[in-house]
Amino acid sequence: MDRPTPPSTAQTLPRNSHTWSPETNAEIRRAAETGIYDIRGGGAKRKLPHFDDLLFLGASMSRYPLEGYRETCDTSVLLGTRFAKKPIRLKIPVTIAGMSFGALSGPAKEALGRGATLAGTSTTTGDGGMTDEERGHSDQLVYQYLPSRYGMNPDDLRRADAIEIVVGQGAKPGGGGMLLGQKITERVARMRNLPQGIDQRSACRHPDWTGPDDLEIKILELREITGWEKPIYIKIGGARPYYDTALAVKAGADVVVLDGMQGGTAATQDVFIENVGQPTLACIRPAVQALQDLGMHRKVQLVVSGGIRNGADVAKALALGADAVAIGTAALIALGENDPKWGAEYAAMGTTADAYDDWHEGRDPAGITTQDPVLMARFDPLEGARRLRNYLAVLTLECQTIARACGKSHVHNLEPEDLCALTIEAAAMAGVPLAGTDWIPGRTGL
Amino acid sequence: MQTIDLATTPLRELNTALQAQAAQTNQTEWQILNPKGAHAIAVGLDAPIEVTVRGHTGYYCGGMNKQATIRVAGSAGPGVAENMMSGTVVIEGDASQYAGATGNGGLLVIKGNASSRCGISMKGIDIVVHGNIGHMSAFMAQSGNLVVLGDAGDALGDSLYEARLFVRGTVKSLGSDCVEKEMRPEHLDLLRDLLDRAGADARPEEFRRYGSARKLYHFNVDHAAAY
Repeated sequence: MDRPTPPSTAQTLPRNSHTWSPETNAEIRRAAETGIYDIRGGGAKRKLPHFDDLLFLGASMSRYPLEGYRETCDTSVLLGTRFAKKPIRLKIPVTIAGMSFGALSGPAKEALGRGATLAGTSTTTGDGGMTDEERGHSDQLVYQYLPSRYGMNPDDLRRADAIEIVVGQGAKPGGGGMLLGQKITERVARMRNLPQGIDQRSACRHPDWTGPDDLEIKILELREITGWEKPIYIKIGGARPYYDTALAVKAGADVVVLDGMQGGTAATQDVFIENVGQPTLACIRPAVQALQDLGMHRKVQLVVSGGIRNGADVAKALALGADAVAIGTAALIALGENDPKWGAEYAAMGTTADAYDDWHEGRDPAGITTQDPVLMARFDPLEGARRLRNYLAVLTLECQTIARACGKSHVHNLEPEDLCALTIEAAAMAGVPLAGTDWIPGRTGL
Repeated sequence: MQTIDLATTPLRELNTALQAQAAQTNQTEWQILNPKGAHAIAVGLDAPIEVTVRGHTGYYCGGMNKQATIRVAGSAGPGVAENMMSGTVVIEGDASQYAGATGNGGLLVIKGNASSRCGISMKGIDIVVHGNIGHMSAFMAQSGNLVVLGDAGDALGDSLYEARLFVRGTVKSLGSDCVEKEMRPEHLDLLRDLLDRAGADARPEEFRRYGSARKLYHFNVDHAAAY
């Protein structure tokens, strides 16, 4: 019997192209097959300069740390001190970002409200209006005022604790949204005043104002209707953070919410998510600079969102000048989204846990991004709330741990001087020195 | 009749007084003097009172109105009666852009002309315009009725959902997915009632009806050119 011939050592191994990667080629084939772009949920998945590229320096000869578990490190935040009679008081510097009933199930929205309340923070409505469950379970509820105005009415405006005018979103600055018909159940359709089962378009721009001069008058109207009680937030996507922040202040914002491109969406074209907008890290310093140039830093509060995962991210955002952060994707993961325990079902849909992003299809095995009653029944809002409360507590404890190590008795005392960067890109974006140097690209020397 | 003069009274005091009226108030008639184009006049009302504004108003007059009847004895700036829930708003003169935007209910009557985007994203409001309307009116209109005694500008009813549009004059062009539809007896009855309530001197039979072709209700790559 002949023995098999061993492979020649002179043979060239198969080599994938970086440009024509298997993922790229698969997308070309999918596009050729279907004739439609890929729509998905979530934020940018590409590798981006991020908070991981920053490090805290900690205390040293010239900085005194605070004793962990003993000395107080305050985490309270007051939002809306500029004009509102009733500012929002948070116990922690982490809030829950706007996510719609419709994109999320009712029980998921309830869990967000319950969990945020247990943690002493606020949650936020989304496109599609305010549900009674959400209002009832949220001690402090921010009401999003969106271009679509789905479900918008003056009664809900008045029973909100703050109003967030959504101008843009990090995942899609300049883009609207599409909620596919599978998720437009009878209740969702009724709240949005649309036929059941149709693909529902969320507008990309507001119907009754254009530009900051108009917006200033719109804010006047909202304040007049709500008795000047509610803080008015303006949410912007990470597009032109310096000018957008300055114009938001000019328009009369009490709070600016700045969402970088890692911030999630319920459903948008992948090409949009991955190619429009700026990373969160690149947005914070220009926004803070705008506030400082106007003498409004800490007077108009800045909330940053987009890729906040742990207490270090929270601390870094605060050190760069934010007053608080908002989480969306992380909150969903805390609730149980993309949990490996649903691995078999993810596999059946051609994906895996932690990668599942077809939230718009309404087939979420975790019962969170769906309106399917069978799938929704898998999700326990009380358990979800407990998990979210725990996660928020960990974020806060981690942030405090770092702040104490930097000698800060309040997390707002963290500052850029506490940071260094691991890469030139991050140093330039965050405006902090490259580690081991005093070089801030674009600011000092070359 | 209660009178508030905006030449001497701050806007905040005006709106506070009007918003404080309860359903059973006996102060049912109000007039506002010297509006001089001020913004956000008589917004967020929620009582069956009658308010007459004697002069021209700025942005968002009558915004988010519930129950009240608001008359502007002049012309109105952008966004008049935006997001109205119920009640009636009557403009004796012309209205600027976005009139009745996103309105959920009630009746908006414009006795002059309305500018662009009249009834944009309307969600149940009835709008009757005695004159003409500008381009992109009823853009993404979801439900309710828009009646135009005069002419309509470009791209009427673009990306329309279930709102019904009635135009007596010419339509410069229809927007994506907006088509002319048969005027059936129930539409004539509806139109007759709206014209009557709006004090409009016109016969329903003179109008043509437009609505959604419903081709954009589900994304279809073969319709991509229409988007």
